[in-house]
Amino acid sequence: MNGMIGKKIGMTSAFSPDGRLVPVTVVQVGPCVVTQVKTMDKDGYTALQLGFDETPVERLSKPVAGHLKKACDKGFRVLKEFRTQNVDGIEPGAVLNLDMFAIGEKVTVAGTTKGRGFQGTVKRHGFSRGPETHGNRNHRKPGSIGNSAWPAKVIKGKRMPGHMGVDRETVKNLTIVDIKHNDNLLLLKGAVPGSKTGVVEIHKIDK
Amino acid sequence: MTNVIEKLEKEQMRLDIPKFDSGDTIKVHVKIREGEKERIQIFQGVVIKKTKGHAGARFTVRKISGGVGVERIFPLYSPAIDKIEIVTKGRVRRSKLYYLRNLRGKAARIKEKRFA
Repeated sequence: MNGMIGKKIGMTSAFSPDGRLVPVTVVQVGPCVVTQVKTMDKDGYTALQLGFDETPVERLSKPVAGHLKKACDKGFRVLKEFRTQNVDGIEPGAVLNLDMFAIGEKVTVAGTTKGRGFQGTVKRHGFSRGPETHGNRNHRKPGSIGNSAWPAKVIKGKRMPGHMGVDRETVKNLTIVDIKHNDNLLLLKGAVPGSKTGVVEIHKIDK
Repeated sequence: MTNVIEKLEKEQMRLDIPKFDSGDTIKVHVKIREGEKERIQIFQGVVIKKTKGHAGARFTVRKISGGVGVERIFPLYSPAIDKIEIVTKGRVRRSKLYYLRNLRGKAARIKEKRFA
């Protein structure tokens, strides 16, 4: 088992085991149910599909409900696949808890960032801005976007204003400060992408 | 959701910390870890600031050490605090005593609170 699905609850501060006050993100992780086991013979690779955030089966579309019926009679709002080396002995319907994580361990977290709408180059790409005063009118302009006669076009991938956010982002090496097994909570040091109630993936780091 | 965070923060609060205010002189017994051994160091001074909060509540203690002003910020519910002793209650007219930073010697004294 390489990871689990969770929901970001919010940020606060907490005391780490060595007595320091550290900023933490509270993530409700699991319980996740194995909804499908992908095997070498059948699928060509090994992975576990996990379901998270229980919802009534009536709320799901018929194809998804039919797919979940093979594993258990519950419905899930979120289904995600985790590549796992060893899937022997894991049956669909198995419930995963926070037992796979330990305090002090480092994890990788992936989620969808907050939407920021249409943004300029200063916010979107970190361009430097011009002076505010002394007759300057180049406040937040992007500057030149290329040469004139040659190549006579704007090169592809030129960083420009546009839509920002709602992208998948991964943060590596977040330390687990505390685990609350009763409430399925994970306290991770630092920030995690996305808004509160956003769905995040917690990956174990391969040693 | 916010209840979850509130609950987590309340879990970290310590009930054995006595009530004290800005202007009080206190002794903070701090646990210090040196390799394997743990010992206790006392930091005595005037509380010049207290901030509210659950897990994030902090206070600042100021003392003059070797003619130099030293300020230390402690998280109020820190597990590194062994205990807090109140030496004197001070009579002050504001909650943030930043003016003490500009005063030296006799001028930096704080009147003791009298209980009738």
